[in-house]
Amino acid sequence: MLAEYLPLLLLFAIAVGFVGVSLIVAARLGPWKPGPVKAMAYESGIITSPETEIAGSRFPVKFYLVAMLFIIFDVEAVFLYPWAVVLRDLGWFAVAAMAIFILLLFESYYYVLRKGGLEWD
Amino acid sequence: MSALAQQLPAGVEIPEIPWAAISPELTLFGAGILVLLLDTAGPRRRTSSVIALAILLGIAALAAIPGGAAPEIVALLVGAGVLQLALTLWLHTRPRLLGAVLTVVALVATIGIAAWQYQAAANGGMVGTESLLADMVAVDGVALFTRFVVAGAGILTVLLGFAYLQDRRIHRGEYYPLLLFTATGMTLLASAADLLMVFLAVEILSLALYVMTGLARRDMASQEGAFKYLLLGAFSSAFLLYGIALVYGATGTTHIATAGVALSDPGTPAGLVFAGIALMLVGFAFKVALVPFHMWTPDVYQGAPTPVTAFMAAATKVAAFAAFLRVFTGGMEQLAWIWVPAVSVLAAITMLVGAALAVVQDDLKRMLGYSAVAHAGYAAIGLVAVSEIGTGATLFYLLAYAIMSLGAFGILTILERRQRKAIAVADLRGLWQSAPSLAVMFALFLLSLAGIPGTVGFIAKFGIVRAAVDAGLVWLAVVLVISSVIAAYFYIRVIVAMFMDDEPAHLADAPVPPASAASTAVSVAAVGVIALGVLPPAVIDLAERAATFAG
Repeated sequence: MLAEYLPLLLLFAIAVGFVGVSLIVAARLGPWKPGPVKAMAYESGIITSPETEIAGSRFPVKFYLVAMLFIIFDVEAVFLYPWAVVLRDLGWFAVAAMAIFILLLFESYYYVLRKGGLEWD
Repeated sequence: MSALAQQLPAGVEIPEIPWAAISPELTLFGAGILVLLLDTAGPRRRTSSVIALAILLGIAALAAIPGGAAPEIVALLVGAGVLQLALTLWLHTRPRLLGAVLTVVALVATIGIAAWQYQAAANGGMVGTESLLADMVAVDGVALFTRFVVAGAGILTVLLGFAYLQDRRIHRGEYYPLLLFTATGMTLLASAADLLMVFLAVEILSLALYVMTGLARRDMASQEGAFKYLLLGAFSSAFLLYGIALVYGATGTTHIATAGVALSDPGTPAGLVFAGIALMLVGFAFKVALVPFHMWTPDVYQGAPTPVTAFMAAATKVAAFAAFLRVFTGGMEQLAWIWVPAVSVLAAITMLVGAALAVVQDDLKRMLGYSAVAHAGYAAIGLVAVSEIGTGATLFYLLAYAIMSLGAFGILTILERRQRKAIAVADLRGLWQSAPSLAVMFALFLLSLAGIPGTVGFIAKFGIVRAAVDAGLVWLAVVLVISSVIAAYFYIRVIVAMFMDDEPAHLADAPVPPASAASTAVSVAAVGVIALGVLPPAVIDLAERAATFAG
């Protein structure tokens, strides 16, 4: 039974080996000439301000809240896709089930709205 | 539903949904959603109540049309909708009271439905020893017993908490929905026939409990408790899930009974079997707080608002043990040689460490927290007896512990209101003079926790000892007695402080209006302790008959 996992193990070994070999070869053979231009952000990247560079510096907790709410509602909306695929086969049973699900989702959205979770200031 | 199933192409299967079997969970969850909606709506709660009525009527109509649901269910839905509208119109100016009343109504309804299910089971009706809902839930003795205990504990908790939460200014609208969601998770956990359902139910109950622990969010102890509970709870969930994954890997199923049979097949890889059982054991040991997985218990019990602690001690323990029993005693009986030695050792350590650490505590909530650890050890003995007597003894012990701990924490709730701070042993000096009835009842609960004859604690411990001796685990019975002797010391220390200390503590400087609801709840618990201590046969019989698992 465990033999079935051998390809997986091999793939893992190759992945680790490739990264390790690349790093070692790059460090041995590559020239090392740092400069201010090289240290800049790539292409359209944002140049970091001194505040955010320090690990653990402050930024508004609002971002955290919005991100969390986004993930919650986003993940739950994903359920709609498999539902839509089998809707024809399942008929009214599925419609009723999804209606209840959406109602629950709607109530949590209403809760967030009323508690001021979506207000920026 | 059957007409519907015929139109489906092959391979797509809508499981027959036995609505009646999961109606207690649906009631609790629906009530939670409703209370949350009414709280969120604020001043517009009357409008929301009408909307809720419309939704319930819509669901009732949907249930009636495809010819699936029984007419009783439709009638119940309509009745629930009208009842909530009436209550809302009556109490719309007092939102917290409305929440409390709706919660109590839902819990009473749950008890009623569970009683009806019990009746049906006694008549050989739909509730039996079979798994339902695509083998996801089982409505059997253990599940029904847990439903009764959890709903009863919930009612007492609501009564206890009302004035206390008001005084501490933490009577938030979310409290009642969270209580109902936790209760949903607990009853679901006790009736889960599938390991995935176990995990899901554990998460439902834990997530709501984490928030309830941190309800007093300006209080450092409450914050600390909630944070520790969250981290360690998540940690233990991971263990449980990993164990479930390994069991699935070994057997190809997550259904508890099927997996149990497949695990005991000699062809199953032994490594997966051992590792899976060990990891699930760690997960459950965390939830029921067996040493060395008890670290969170004292901090959480101390930090949480006292009514929440009472509910946690009473109901969470029952639900977690019910699932523990179902997975280990029920599902893996043939594998007892693997897990019984491990759980026996854990139980023995738990009894001794819990009692020994409670001795040195000064804060009463913390002391009762450690005592809860010791009691988890006692209840675990019935588990390792692996017999119907053992399972019945554990169930009865959990019921007894639920009553005693609700009573003890209830008294602390009342005292904390009077003192406006956490209660230490020294604060109780001379309580006999200032509040004789409280002192007497507290003494009663403590004596029952210590296991003195005449109280329910004694009967429960006796049942555990009998189960241990029957199973040939005399050494565990001996450890139980030693632990009880140690425990008696700290229970009696409190009683001595209340009755025999001459120098009274300055208790009750500022008298607060008495909370009749809390006093009622505590009195009910006191009556329960004495009644079951003097006349236990009826309930013991019930607990022993409840010791059946669905296959």
